[in-house]
Amino acid sequence: MGGAAMTWMSLNWTLALPEIVLSCCGMAILILGVVSRGNFFRLGCMLTVGAFLLTAMLVLSGANGVGYSGLFVTDAYSVFVKLLVLAAATLGVVMSLDYNEHENLRRFEFPVLMLFSTVGMMLMASATSLMTMYMGVELMSLSIYVLAAFARDELRSSEAGLKYFVLGSLASGLLLYGVSLIYGFTGSMDFALLAKALSDPASASPGLVVGIVFVLSGLALKVSAVPFHMWTPDVYEGAPTPVTAFMASAPKVAAMALLVRLMASPFGHLLAQWQQLIVLMSIASMLLGSLAAIGQRNFKRLMAYSSIGHMGYALIGLAAGTQAGVRGVLIYLVTYVFMNIGTFALIIAMRRRGRAVEGITDLAGLGRTDPAMALGLAVFMFSMAGIPPFSGFWGKYFIFTAAVQQGMWALAVIGVLTSVIGAFYYIRIIKVMYFDAPDEAFDVRPASLSFVAGVGGLFTTLFFLYPAPVVAAAEAAAKVLFG
Amino acid sequence: MMIAALAFYVFAAILIASAAMVVSARNPVHSVLFLILAFFNAAALFLLAGAEFLAMILVIVYVGAVAVLFLFVVMMLDINFSQLREGFQRYAPVGATIGVVLLAELAIVLGGWKFAPGAASLRFAPRAEGVHNTAQLGQLIYTHYILLFQASGLVLLVAMIGAIVLTLRDKTSSRHQVIAQQIGRMAGDTLEMMDVRSGAGVRELGIIRPKPAPEPEVAAHDDHGHHGGGH
Repeated sequence: MGGAAMTWMSLNWTLALPEIVLSCCGMAILILGVVSRGNFFRLGCMLTVGAFLLTAMLVLSGANGVGYSGLFVTDAYSVFVKLLVLAAATLGVVMSLDYNEHENLRRFEFPVLMLFSTVGMMLMASATSLMTMYMGVELMSLSIYVLAAFARDELRSSEAGLKYFVLGSLASGLLLYGVSLIYGFTGSMDFALLAKALSDPASASPGLVVGIVFVLSGLALKVSAVPFHMWTPDVYEGAPTPVTAFMASAPKVAAMALLVRLMASPFGHLLAQWQQLIVLMSIASMLLGSLAAIGQRNFKRLMAYSSIGHMGYALIGLAAGTQAGVRGVLIYLVTYVFMNIGTFALIIAMRRRGRAVEGITDLAGLGRTDPAMALGLAVFMFSMAGIPPFSGFWGKYFIFTAAVQQGMWALAVIGVLTSVIGAFYYIRIIKVMYFDAPDEAFDVRPASLSFVAGVGGLFTTLFFLYPAPVVAAAEAAAKVLFG
Repeated sequence: MMIAALAFYVFAAILIASAAMVVSARNPVHSVLFLILAFFNAAALFLLAGAEFLAMILVIVYVGAVAVLFLFVVMMLDINFSQLREGFQRYAPVGATIGVVLLAELAIVLGGWKFAPGAASLRFAPRAEGVHNTAQLGQLIYTHYILLFQASGLVLLVAMIGAIVLTLRDKTSSRHQVIAQQIGRMAGDTLEMMDVRSGAGVRELGIIRPKPAPEPEVAAHDDHGHHGGGH
């Protein structure tokens, strides 16, 4: 490892080409926005979507390998996660087009911040060092803190931004403390070297385990798993709805993917040490997600609890600690992203006489006033409840089978039971839409929202017909971590 | 060798003396100046130890930025330092006790220090012989960790965008500079040459007040009204 002898080319820097190109696009859009006269918001969003698509192409065509002297990796796993993150971010930007115009948030920094946040998530997906992990997490979170407070003249949005910032900083502190402990007790931050040093479970000192617990806590706050979920409902409710949609999808994917890579690859041999922790977090998240959501009247708050629950299910796959489990997590994240984004597109479409409404009772009689929207919401709610043949069911199916294969019957049974409890509040929304007396109709839905909801709806409904590509890609990705 | 040892003791002695002056000086401005002296001496110690990059950074960052910042704060905020020092006698025993406890803890920790067995082999450090430590640090930051360096740059950029997005309010009353307008301004637009008879008053010549500035065409589609004259 002679540092001085290393040349620029031996870094393998082209591996990070998608990130580099995306960052350059972000800076270009920023400059264009600053120098342009008039409103650049709409054009900025279009350019950002273009940059995302270009990056996705680069991700697909890029080579695999380890670069930047072991700080960065491109493999099937990172490609899978990056594509999912880019898809979620693209739909998130499209969703904001109309909402921001309505709510007077048409400032070109909005898509730029989403773009930089996405760069952070891509770094997280490729991280093979604790330092890269931290930089990615920070870049992602910092942008989202600002986005959450983007409606700065609104009290709720500022509160959401501040709350998220304070708790997020706490998470960063925990993460860094854990990283320093791990570094101190093993002498390395590199995932490959850590895996080698920890190949014998007996070599794990208590200090190292404490470090792992701290890192786990920091990342759990990012995926909002119980007991680090407290910020979620308030922040989801207060942030502008497209930001909530973005926060509930792309960062969750990136943080969960990072958590899985971290636990499975450097600390894979210490399964016995962290498994109980993940199991506990998973059970608590599923229970809280399904029980606390019952009393909610605000749709965005309900989605917050729903996302906590979903993260609980995804953690089951990680708790299994096998290749099948990781494959389940990845498939679950794909189905989660599409049904989540679709639901939020329809939440943004809830607008009466120009004013956004968020109450569940506002949906009363939607089945008669707007059958298409009601049908879309019904599909998403059925899917979230895990009712076949929608994609949500298949996500849960792959997760639960992985747990059962490992003999974790209790976890699977609790998962099924909480799904049943969760079904109650999802199906209550369907009941409100189809069986309650109609309220005044919503405003005409803009095409961008119909598009996003359509993409989510089609994926959710038709997933069961042709799941092979997603399953195969997830299988290949999971194999990387266990191969 | 002899000179180096002598230099070390001189710098170290001045460092400790000026550090003591920082806490004991009555005038806070003097404290900051002693702090700067302490920084310079610490930088000299780094130089003696062969860490020239660290020495320069200490001077640039701490003297150039931090100490100046301290000076600004001390001068701009009206802090009554004599009031802050009140009760020094009363709290001295408690403070001394805490200091002794901390010192004892440090001694215990440092006395029991030992590296993990595998740590040395896992540690990464450029150990190339004959390369200055500035070059080594540059190698580390700009080549080995270039990815993280650039990522930190992005984090700072996002922080800047965030600060601007959340706080900048474009006031309609703020006056923006329109450079094209400034350059395109002709002397004839605002100046009028008068033939002044000697001994005649302003009123007699018909000059009641200066000619008003012409309304520039550019301002028509620019909200931020900018007057062409007066530069």
